[in-house]
Amino acid sequence: MKILKIENVTLKLGERQVLNNLSLTVEGGTIHSILGPNAAGKSSLSYLIMGSSGYTPNTGKIYFLDKDITNLSISERARLGITLAWQEPARFEGLNVKDYISVGMKEKNDFLIKSVLHKVLLEPRDYLNRLVDKTLSGGERKRIELASVFAMRPKLAILDEPDSGIDILALDNIVEMIKELNQQGTTVLLITHREEVAEIANYTSLICSGFIVKEGTPQEVGRYFKEKCIPCPSKNFPDQKDEITKGEK
Amino acid sequence: MTQDYELMLKAYTDAGGKPDIFKETNIAHLVVHKNKVIGKNLVKGLVLEPKETPKGVDIYLKVEKKIENPVHLCFGILPKEGIQEINIKAKIENNSGIKLLAHCVFPNAIKVVHKMDADIEIGDNSYYEYNEFHFHGEDGGVEVVPKARIKIGKNSHLVTNFSLVNGRVGVFDLDYETEVLDNSTLDMSAKIYGYGKDKIKIREAGLLKGSNSRGVIKSRVAVKDDAISEIINEITAAGEESRGHVDCVEIIQGNASAKAVPIVNVLNETAKVTHEAAIGSVDKKQIETLMARGLEQKQAIDLIVSKMLR
Ligand SMILES: Nc1ncnc2c1ncn2[C@@H]1O[C@H](COP(=O)(O)OP(=O)(O)O)[C@@H](O)[C@H]1O
Ligand SMILES: [Mg+2]
Repeated sequence: MKILKIENVTLKLGERQVLNNLSLTVEGGTIHSILGPNAAGKSSLSYLIMGSSGYTPNTGKIYFLDKDITNLSISERARLGITLAWQEPARFEGLNVKDYISVGMKEKNDFLIKSVLHKVLLEPRDYLNRLVDKTLSGGERKRIELASVFAMRPKLAILDEPDSGIDILALDNIVEMIKELNQQGTTVLLITHREEVAEIANYTSLICSGFIVKEGTPQEVGRYFKEKCIPCPSKNFPDQKDEITKGEK
Repeated sequence: MTQDYELMLKAYTDAGGKPDIFKETNIAHLVVHKNKVIGKNLVKGLVLEPKETPKGVDIYLKVEKKIENPVHLCFGILPKEGIQEINIKAKIENNSGIKLLAHCVFPNAIKVVHKMDADIEIGDNSYYEYNEFHFHGEDGGVEVVPKARIKIGKNSHLVTNFSLVNGRVGVFDLDYETEVLDNSTLDMSAKIYGYGKDKIKIREAGLLKGSNSRGVIKSRVAVKDDAISEIINEITAAGEESRGHVDCVEIIQGNASAKAVPIVNVLNETAKVTHEAAIGSVDKKQIETLMARGLEQKQAIDLIVSKMLR
């Protein structure tokens, strides 16, 4: 079952063509990683799927479970079961962790709120009443973002660089959390610029300069990324477009 | 009179107050309806002398020790029309302290004026915490004019929290002026939600006179419909190593308008004052984050604003 299908989208922001005739298919139930260097268009792609204002594609279509969602609002997409964990999550004055996590829950329940905090290795006693404001560290804020995604039980979770701002030691934990989210029944679109993180996926798409350059198993694409992208001088402009290949699904 | 008392208690309860505290003998309180004192209890170390005047009540307050329990004040006007002028002279002696919780209730106001004028002197090694919560009706027929001049001695703390987030503001014009001596701190905060044709004006000023004095002035205002707000936050740092910070956020929606005037004066080369002010609509990323969890845009905005003002 294809949960997400993006067909030939282009996105222009100001004068810049950020997404370039990009197509992508995500299989339901999988972890699908999007690997790409800085400024490749990864965050823009995640906003476009979520429906952020200003990120409506200039051309192309987005389908979620075969339904055209190209012109739906963020709230409508969220109600269909899509959510996004921002790369730099927003901070809120006066809103505590408990209330923040419960926003996306269909049935508010304290037990579940505590259990999702446990999943991201935050002790509920210490965090339930903390404010989701500037007083949280970057790492804590990212974990709370993940916890709120767990609590929502979405069909598709777009995680924009869930590993950024997390120290190397905690990286394994984050990876486990993502796998657990997937086991809970959520399809995960995992956006990252680290091939070792992309590797936990079932399938990987490599994005550069606003389009998908290569797709395949994480190992295949990871190897390509290491050999071709990391040494590539024009970090964000594939110079051998004819080499663009599609791996086996 | 007793009927007024019952009605004031009801308004106080509706406003979120807990009327049981008026029965506690070890908790001091004062209840004033229009220009009548209808309830009062004192505790040791607290002098509280209200004098009824034609338009309100003059209050003399003296604190002679650190009062353990918060002291509860309730001011209100229950009819649609009326005037209430409260004049306060307060003296907090050295090594003394008080925490005041004031509820101001004008639930039916169509043409009500509430003026408060306070002169407060805080001694050395002392504290004064003043929290004022307003509960207005939906007609916007209230004019609230609080003025205060507060002098803080050495090694002392002043905290003021003003909140007007329930019901229409009406016309609001607050002016607090403070002076801070050596090693003392000032922490003033105001939270207001204006809508309809509400008019909000706040001026909070701190003069950090003493060495190592500290001052923070914080304002959180949300305005929508045709409401307007103007916030003047003023800090003058004159003392050696004195530090000040002004922090103002105003959120506007609809036709509302907001203005912020941070005034920062530094008169001593070892002193420092910082300020931040943000005026505008609700942050887009905040709204979209909550929408991505399933809230409608309007629900998201209401949640963000109400939490900020809480
Ligand atoms: N609002 C915008 N206007 C113009 N250019 C933008 C805007 N947002 C992002 N870009 C540019 O689009 C490119 C892709 O950005 P982004 O999607 O954030 O990349 P990534 O997440 O892969 O690092 C970058 O070159 C960035 O500078
Ligand atoms: Mg990014």
